[in-house]
Amino acid sequence: METTRERAGPERPGRRPRAGDIEAVRERSWELLLAVILVGTIVYNATQSPVYLDVDNFVNLFRLSIEKVIVAVAMTFVIINGEIDLSVASVMAFAACVLAAAHESGVPFGLAIVIALAAAASAGFVQGLVVAKTGISSLVVTLAGLIGFRGAARILLEDRSIGEFPEWFGDLGRADFLGPMPFALVLFLVMLVVGGIVLHRTSFGRRVYVIGNNADVARFSGIDVARVKLTLFTMSGLVAGVAGVLFAARLGSVRANIGEGFELDIITMVLLGGVSIFGGSGTLLGVALAICIVLNLRNGLGLANVEANTQTGVIGALLIVSVLAQNLLDRLPLRRREVEAEA
Amino acid sequence: MSSAVDIARLDGAHGRPGRTAVWVRPERVKELSLLGVILVALLVFGFLVDDYFSGRFFNRVTTSVAITAVLAVAQTLVIVTRNIDLSVGSIVGVSAYLTGQFASSNPSVSPAVAIAIAVGLGTLLGAINGVIVAYGRVPAIITTLGTLAIYRSWLISHGEGKTITADSLPSWVVDLPTRTAFSVGGLDIRVVFAVVVVIVVVLQVAMQRLRWGRRLYAIGSNPEAAAQAGLPTRRLVLGAFVACGALSGFAGFLFLSRFGNITVVAGQGLELDSVAAAVVGGVSVLGGSGTLVGAFLGAVLIDVLDQSLVRVPQVSEFWRNAILGALILAAVIADVVIGRRFRRRWSAEARPHTKVDGSAGDESEAARVPALTAPEQAGRTGDR
Repeated sequence: METTRERAGPERPGRRPRAGDIEAVRERSWELLLAVILVGTIVYNATQSPVYLDVDNFVNLFRLSIEKVIVAVAMTFVIINGEIDLSVASVMAFAACVLAAAHESGVPFGLAIVIALAAAASAGFVQGLVVAKTGISSLVVTLAGLIGFRGAARILLEDRSIGEFPEWFGDLGRADFLGPMPFALVLFLVMLVVGGIVLHRTSFGRRVYVIGNNADVARFSGIDVARVKLTLFTMSGLVAGVAGVLFAARLGSVRANIGEGFELDIITMVLLGGVSIFGGSGTLLGVALAICIVLNLRNGLGLANVEANTQTGVIGALLIVSVLAQNLLDRLPLRRREVEAEA
Repeated sequence: MSSAVDIARLDGAHGRPGRTAVWVRPERVKELSLLGVILVALLVFGFLVDDYFSGRFFNRVTTSVAITAVLAVAQTLVIVTRNIDLSVGSIVGVSAYLTGQFASSNPSVSPAVAIAIAVGLGTLLGAINGVIVAYGRVPAIITTLGTLAIYRSWLISHGEGKTITADSLPSWVVDLPTRTAFSVGGLDIRVVFAVVVVIVVVLQVAMQRLRWGRRLYAIGSNPEAAAQAGLPTRRLVLGAFVACGALSGFAGFLFLSRFGNITVVAGQGLELDSVAAAVVGGVSVLGGSGTLVGAFLGAVLIDVLDQSLVRVPQVSEFWRNAILGALILAAVIADVVIGRRFRRRWSAEARPHTKVDGSAGDESEAARVPALTAPEQAGRTGDR
């Protein structure tokens, strides 16, 4: 398996530039590729439907997947850090069920939201603690979380459905908050900007990359690896909790099985955004572009009367082909020169 | 039980390096402790549930464990090479549905042909995964996340929402799960279960004794070292995916015969069950370590809990997932603890002058496989 790519292997002769530079070029060209795909999708869709370019249509694209999209921002951090969080969808459901159960037992609704978010953050914290302290692969720990927190949600609600939330809560999920945008979309945009600054412009962000590249080197450089991981997993849990609460607000009622299978969609978006599954590379801009592609592609395929499940297949194929294309491009001598020249 | 006694002696002798020769390999310890946990679980449930130890319960567990056990073994073949196959659930679905479709339109189909179709379909889909991973150099998790969606969406559009019904299938298919191979002291051993056990044992011996099996471990232990040692890593990884696909295809056939009624969403979610069983069975997702017998026992343990919890009056059915999640976590943490203990002893054996409890802090996963290549520190967090 030659999956570790340049980073881990010895530099091949003729590859002068440092690994970081190659990585930067790779990221930029990936974003370019995504942008081209996105523009192509949008142009195609616009020719298919006259209402496509309306602002309302764009907002609607996001409206139906906003919870996944919000979680994808946090997932980007986790994967760049060299870990993965499979439990997000279950934590979403867990938070929503805690909210519903607290509401049902007469807790004031504002407090119920706080409890739900705290529960989700602690779910992330516990998993982060196990990952950071024992060194067990996060794939396994969060697989246990995926099953376990879904189980916790089932224990809370069993097979009931709980609704009748306060009116303002329903408005939070459905009504326009700022212009045509619902609250969740505004929150997503804020998270994207803040996340982008934290990831790309702060020392914390640099540490996330360094650990993702090589946790041992990071440790010997004096970075508190365990603490960064703990922070990221707690944040991932909290964000999943926020998404779960917003999901409850949009749906108007909660069952224990909400959001089942979302984790795969979320991870697909992040990986399509050019984030390496091995950690250490990727940008939030790439993920934002990938999110737009996935949403627009689904919308466009829908306009072309392609069924929802075939759309899923197309996105799966896009995921594989995009990485395959990148690998093939890397082998072209022309491109290799380009990488050297730019770096 | 002599090995269990030896384990106890090892623990007792801890701190006196060199006195007892370490011959109990860690994978044997894992398997034995799993067996112990299964026995304890059975005893506990025996207390809680009236009439627990019955032939019917044995049959129920052995019939239902067959599918997850095959998948756990299939998954393990891929995981030991430091890859993962998330598409097994979709392969099971495709194989079960298409085989069912064929069998219902050709009622006179012979068992051999039906099984060959199921296994053949699985092999084909596994080969697609393997080619993309090994030759396209696309990480396994990305590839199989993609093919999970692709295979399933193809099946859904192919099936057009139609259901394969048990009535339309040849009777031998539907009767297969209740066929008994032989009886031991009042317990009926079902044909399906016997076949699965044979598969597990044969493959386990192959993994342990054949060059092919050892090489899979070597790749998972350190892919670069394996490549530099001249192993045909691409072909071997492709082989692992093909074998995984073939077994998943066979699991699809078992799925068909067990449930009879097959919809286009058949087998959804089995990929996570298979990974869970392998992990509980002591297979490291970082590759290079874990046995097929362990994965099989992991599947058995999960299934015993699954089938038993519903019969405990004090526990509602809604607790199932929460307990399963806690079990997986407990299993991996126990694994690390046991692993650490043994690694310390090994390093003491290898270097008699070193203090035994000196190096407990660092967690190099690759060091779990001392028989193979040297620990690859840098690669630890790198690959999944």
